[in-house]
Amino acid sequence: MGEELKLFGSWGSPFSRRIEIALKIKGVEYEYLEEDIIHNKSALLLKYNPVHKKVPVLVHNSKPIAESQVILEYIDETWNDNPILPRDPYKRAMARFWAKFIDEKCVPTIWKSFMSGGPEREKAHEEACELLSTLEGELKGKKFFGGETVGFVDIVASFISHWVGPVQEAAGVDVLTEDKFPMLYKWAEEFKNCPVIKENLPPRDKILAFFKARLEMLTSSYKNRV
Amino acid sequence: MADEVILQDFWSSMFGMRCRIALAEKGVKYEYKEEDLRKKSDLLLQMNPIHKKIPVLVHNGKPVCESLIILQYIDETWPDKCSLLPSDPYQRAQARFWADYFYKKFSDLGRKICTTKGEEQEVAKKELIDSLKLLEGELGDKPFFGGEKLGLVDLAIVPFYTYFLAYETCGNFSIEVECPNFIAWTKRCLEIESVSKSLADPQKVYGFVLHLKKANGIE
Repeated sequence: MGEELKLFGSWGSPFSRRIEIALKIKGVEYEYLEEDIIHNKSALLLKYNPVHKKVPVLVHNSKPIAESQVILEYIDETWNDNPILPRDPYKRAMARFWAKFIDEKCVPTIWKSFMSGGPEREKAHEEACELLSTLEGELKGKKFFGGETVGFVDIVASFISHWVGPVQEAAGVDVLTEDKFPMLYKWAEEFKNCPVIKENLPPRDKILAFFKARLEMLTSSYKNRV
Repeated sequence: MADEVILQDFWSSMFGMRCRIALAEKGVKYEYKEEDLRKKSDLLLQMNPIHKKIPVLVHNGKPVCESLIILQYIDETWPDKCSLLPSDPYQRAQARFWADYFYKKFSDLGRKICTTKGEEQEVAKKELIDSLKLLEGELGDKPFFGGEKLGLVDLAIVPFYTYFLAYETCGNFSIEVECPNFIAWTKRCLEIESVSKSLADPQKVYGFVLHLKKANGIE
């Protein structure tokens, strides 16, 4: 029976990029539908994700799944080759813990350290550095968070390897540098050079341009407030 | 070799209650350790150095943190009895989605209802009712979110019920009037021993909320 697999995503979303990485690791064919998440979400997206109205949404034989970590686990359970999560329950719990840490702590704080102004930015920057240090500690000299191969935590952490670079360039703020976080920096380079990841990097120039524009808007509105 | 299972917890924690229900459902013998959250033990700080929070499940010396992660760990480690997740990947994804929805939506609403007044409180109350109605829709005609029996989503949500008396009194509204199907579901859950034994007494919880408000200078 032919499988119908669609991914609703956005070029600028680290969350939808995670799903593309996972599907490529599994070697699964899918149709990608680009959503304009800022100006014009499609009727189909709103139908498939009425609760959050966000990307990514994976639609498998007309059945939709939303929330990137939920989708990643679904992919891993549906296509068994090249496992993303470990088999052992304790190691799975650890992988889920670090993925949650990244999404609940690292992502919002790193975002704030670029996107806010004045003392709020400084505080977020300090916190972001602490969080990255904790995350780096979890690497423990391994090539990837998943060990020898890319796993669940690496995929969730792709925000750090792919987005932090261009955004910090746009913001003129250094959060992830080689001398501050040598192991995390090395991990990011290894990760980006994996064949499956390399073919599917987000468009760096587009991200850079987008964030430069966003930051200019933010900076001018902050200046007007002060 | 016998398993050593410890649950580091606090009596009024909704997150801890989830784990208690899961362990009871699975018939797992464990040692319950009550933590003093004002003076966290060395063991807690050692077992959860990142967040320093309860609940923590310590299984043969190895800690698992974050309640939904603990629930899935319990389900995968003791798979023979009372599965918390269905076997079909799509249904598992739906369960994880709704457990995640609950976490995202409700984390702050209760606190706002109990500690704010006026417009802010009204907004929080409305959000709570709207979200409970969405959950009612997801429940539909099923006896439980897990279908014919308790599942991950039921365990994730039912401890929240212990705070309803506090929310209703502070917010001066009735959740049962607005969401009768949701309350009917909680009553069905409470008929199950592993749930009723694991949940804190709503009166005690309300008393505790008042005590915390007073201690923080909130009227």
